Amino acid sequence: MDFAITMTGFVALYVFMLAAFAGWVIIGGVPAILHTPLMSGSNFVHGIVVVGGIFALLNASTVLEQSIGFGAVLLGAGNAAGGYAVTDRMLAMFQVSHPHHAKRAHAKHPKKV
Amino acid sequence: MSTIIPQLIIGTTDLAAAFLFLYGLKRMSSPVTAPSGIFVAGLGMLVAILASFLYVFSVSAAARPHLAVNVGLALVALALGGGIAWWSGRKVALTAMPQMVALYNGMGGGAAGAIAAVELFGNKAQGLAQLVVTLLGALIGAVSLSGSVIAWAKLDGVIKKPLRVRGQQAVNALVMLATLVVGGYIAFVTQSGVEPLIPMPELITLFFGCALVFGVLMTLPIGGADMPVVISIYNALTGLAVGFEGFVLQNPALMIAGMVVGAAGTLLTLLMAKAMNRSVGNVVFTNFGTPAKHKQGNIKGSLKPVEAGDAGIFMRYASKVIIVPGYGLAAAQGQQKLYEFVKLLQAGGVDVKFAIHPVAGRMPGQMDVLLAEAGVPYDLIFQLEDINDQFAGADVALVIGANDVVNPAARTDKSSPIYGMPILNADKAKKVYVVKRGEGKGYAGIVNALFYGDNCNMVYGDAQAVLGKMIEAVKGLGLAAAA
Repeated sequence: MDFAITMTGFVALYVFMLAAFAGWVIIGGVPAILHTPLMSGSNFVHGIVVVGGIFALLNASTVLEQSIGFGAVLLGAGNAAGGYAVTDRMLAMFQVSHPHHAKRAHAKHPKKV
Repeated sequence: MSTIIPQLIIGTTDLAAAFLFLYGLKRMSSPVTAPSGIFVAGLGMLVAILASFLYVFSVSAAARPHLAVNVGLALVALALGGGIAWWSGRKVALTAMPQMVALYNGMGGGAAGAIAAVELFGNKAQGLAQLVVTLLGALIGAVSLSGSVIAWAKLDGVIKKPLRVRGQQAVNALVMLATLVVGGYIAFVTQSGVEPLIPMPELITLFFGCALVFGVLMTLPIGGADMPVVISIYNALTGLAVGFEGFVLQNPALMIAGMVVGAAGTLLTLLMAKAMNRSVGNVVFTNFGTPAKHKQGNIKGSLKPVEAGDAGIFMRYASKVIIVPGYGLAAAQGQQKLYEFVKLLQAGGVDVKFAIHPVAGRMPGQMDVLLAEAGVPYDLIFQLEDINDQFAGADVALVIGANDVVNPAARTDKSSPIYGMPILNADKAKKVYVVKRGEGKGYAGIVNALFYGDNCNMVYGDAQAVLGKMIEAVKGLGLAAAA
């Protein structure tokens, strides 16, 4: 049995198309209030590039490849760790004033004072 | 040696990672579930990184003798890059968040570019399709890296002014063309096997050099107020580059994560551009900051300054107040004082809401985060489309550090550069107070008719100091009543 993955031509295009559609739909549902954490969150997600960097570095056979691979892992790790740190920090700050206000629908009808 | 077990584990974790990223982003669509969303995505990242070390069982024969060194290098790079970025991400001030996001984003682009460089220098691409995708990923990643660094420098104040020279667009086009030509030549030489005019390594270096220079040239002329759009674009570009390199490395997790971010970034870019009533091309290729030559003699009325304390007391006796914060509030570090003032008003039974314009701040939604940091509950914060009808019923609109986003000229004056931009209808409130440092114009360099309206008073001064005086005045009322 072989579990090696091969992505060629149209299979790759299908993956790209479906992923792009998923991204568009998921992000389209995020309210504007969360746009900053969302941006840094999606910024964190492309930090997965570090996995590619590790693959490239492990397969490096010359000093040049090793140094560029080292740079790839360094930058990718920075992208992932930094992205997570700032997103997590921002999201922890969003609080609600009163439990029954939690639903935005309620907040749209102002209380009589 | 069998490689089936490691392959199976890597395949499974990458699949899990891709799922966790999508699920995590989905959970981010509400402030209630969002913190768990980033945690879920983080979990996906962690297992994917751990599993990636199983690649040691399937390295190419050429790399086998270097394996121990390479594993060591990978661990050092992970600890170093991850550690420094984590530390900086934890301690950075939230006002500086846009430049940090730009920087982390540039790192991702750089990593994608570097992966492409390893593939190109090692001549590892198989077939024309892989080679072309590698080159595309390299180009986009490199542009994203250098562009993001310039965006960081601009947001951080290292570069103060947009740099514009005559014929800049022609130069940019030429550099882009040169990059494409060099890239095409690399593909041609590799495929046909003819001897290149310049040795291959130099050719690849030239390719990356051109791409990096293009990123710099493209970002330099863009003004500070357009940065929300620019950061969005580079976020999308890095995602795209990562997706392409994922194809080259035959890693679907990278392909999916990269493409999801590419689409997300594109959507955010379009939303931002729409909020400024401009096309993305307009932001990138034209210069907004050029002073508008437009008659400004049609504004009637005068600027009517009042004391901060009086304004504060007036709001204490109002029944409904809507606050419009802008970047000027954050620049003066006045968010904490503002919320202190709001709590005083609420204690007195005043209904207080915040109205946020989509482009308030230096990146989309930044004002929401800055208010959240000050402790303002998010159910008091409303976006433009949800609150704009309520200004007419409000006793007071308090505009702090915002200018162009409340300029009624956007609705009425066809000759105005901001005509058509959606604005907050602060002018419809019964009374408007504008807290401002001085009589200067906004970023767009336009006179704001709102300030001259009969219902508008100006409160001059630093936002933090003004709010301090308002708090004192309202507290003084309470003391006077008690005495």
